[in-house]
Amino acid sequence: MNRYFHSVTLETEKCKGCTNCIKRCPVEAIRVRDGKAMIVQERCIDCGECIRECPNHAKVAVTDTLGKLSEYKYRIALPAPSFFGQFKEQVNIEDVLGAFKGIGFDEVFEVALAAEIVGHIVHQFLKDYKGKRPIFSSACPAVVRLMQIKYPDLLEQVAPFLTPMEVAARIAKEQASRRTGIPYEEVGAFFISPCPAKVTEMRNPMTTKHSAVNGVIGINLIYKDIIRHLGDRYANGGPEKLQRATKFGMAWGYVTGESRNVDAATTLAVGGIHNVISLLEEIERGELKDVDFVELQACTGGCVGGPLNIQNLFVGRIRLRDLIKRFGTKDAYFTEAELQDIHLQNRFAATEPVEPRAIMTLDEDVSRAIMKMERLDQITSELPGLDCGACGSPSCRALAEDIIRGIAFETDCVIKLREKVKILAKEILDLSRIVPTSMSGSSKEGDPGQGC
Amino acid sequence: MVDSLAYTPQITLDFEIGEKDFFVAGECASRVKKTLQQLGLKQDVIKRIAIIIYEAAMNVAIHATSGRLVVHVEPDAITIRTEDVGAGIEDIDLAMKEGYSTASYEIREMGFGAGMGLSNIKQCSDDLNIESRVGVGTTLNARVFFRDERRHEGA
Repeated sequence: MNRYFHSVTLETEKCKGCTNCIKRCPVEAIRVRDGKAMIVQERCIDCGECIRECPNHAKVAVTDTLGKLSEYKYRIALPAPSFFGQFKEQVNIEDVLGAFKGIGFDEVFEVALAAEIVGHIVHQFLKDYKGKRPIFSSACPAVVRLMQIKYPDLLEQVAPFLTPMEVAARIAKEQASRRTGIPYEEVGAFFISPCPAKVTEMRNPMTTKHSAVNGVIGINLIYKDIIRHLGDRYANGGPEKLQRATKFGMAWGYVTGESRNVDAATTLAVGGIHNVISLLEEIERGELKDVDFVELQACTGGCVGGPLNIQNLFVGRIRLRDLIKRFGTKDAYFTEAELQDIHLQNRFAATEPVEPRAIMTLDEDVSRAIMKMERLDQITSELPGLDCGACGSPSCRALAEDIIRGIAFETDCVIKLREKVKILAKEILDLSRIVPTSMSGSSKEGDPGQGC
Repeated sequence: MVDSLAYTPQITLDFEIGEKDFFVAGECASRVKKTLQQLGLKQDVIKRIAIIIYEAAMNVAIHATSGRLVVHVEPDAITIRTEDVGAGIEDIDLAMKEGYSTASYEIREMGFGAGMGLSNIKQCSDDLNIESRVGVGTTLNARVFFRDERRHEGA
């Protein structure tokens, strides 16, 4: 598997080489070179900020398509909680769940249901936890990837459990395999995703060796098909009740839902990658040691703000909340005892530690790294400090870094280039004023005494 | 190539610390941390250094009227130096004891001044030297050596 697989990619023809995306990228992973944006693969965390930002829609998320369903005998859809916020007010949860059966799935398993399990597990974990606080949610892969490269110190505080997506895939596939007799390997679980980070998480999972998810399909790809089949459950022999998740799991679709479900004494919920960064800076400086649990979401508003969702995030949030209020089931699918049982089995604990990725390092050798840092400071001090981005790097400091790394030149800076042109122009002018001695006699200002 | 050069590469980071400026300590620590990460130092070494910087800067903010923190990075060691104008320390050995504090009630009420600063610094540094004159000020010099395990493993 490609070490640097990313869902977020560039459609080169559409890119106009403007610098909107480079300025917005939270990890400075984009450069514009030769008039086209270019994603620095080892830095990208698949947060999808650039997809939102690009005015030309040149940034896209590559996800799986419905075509992949044919590779499995039995197909299970795992819709993300935020998916249910994408519909008009008269659509109810059962209609949406039923529609999956109309478009080629044999079964639908709400990720919200798995979220309730994770919520319970984290709640129990925090009860006995005596280590460093706060504990961070592990649900948003873009945030965990951000921590890997920028806040490696805090990784030990990431809740050591699988994501609801992963838990959903495992439970759904096991149950289906047991019920139908179809071998586990021939059961396919497909996450219906609001974001590209989940695609990357399936390919290169951080907390487990292999993901049980077999495909991740973008909500943007599947939406139209679902709309067309919203009435299917009536056509297919009456309303079989599909909905099992309660409001506690469904609310994971927007920011605060998870922390409420985790229900620790002190919690904090933050959405938006730039807000997440400013909070992590504070925590790295030693703030918030008194907070038990911090829910961090890369998207503003949480998953309803995901770049692959259809609705505006605020519309999506109100639709989801309204839907939960009107159609949310009151009875929990799992009893307290069953949840406690799952917790005690410890089946959904992370099996892999989340490792730091030191990609910001200037050089393998410390001496050379220091030398580069010296030059970096020198070059930065000579740059104008406008952070205009016209050079193709997101800031003057980033340009200086690129120069050190040998992928940019000082003259990529338009201000620097102008200075150089000015000096050159002056030199040309000076040169043009110098009259060859052989001709100086004929000049009007020339001393008449000197002629030959 | 590096070894054949006559000079040692080095970086200096310099911070002003004002009286009762409790925020600057965190800022110093996090700025230096970022720099050291870029230099590829090991995470636990960076952590120790960050603690020294935070505590040393905090001491200046709590006890002095003005001061500065200078961090000097060389290929095999880092030197953290604070110089301040202020109360000074009467008995350095006593001040090094865990829990001994001369911080005012007001500062303790804010959650600082628990008397752990100097002992923390001592624990984290490989070499520590404090010079102080009562009523004049204090100079602290702490060093951490990078040794061989300075690199990120498998980074």
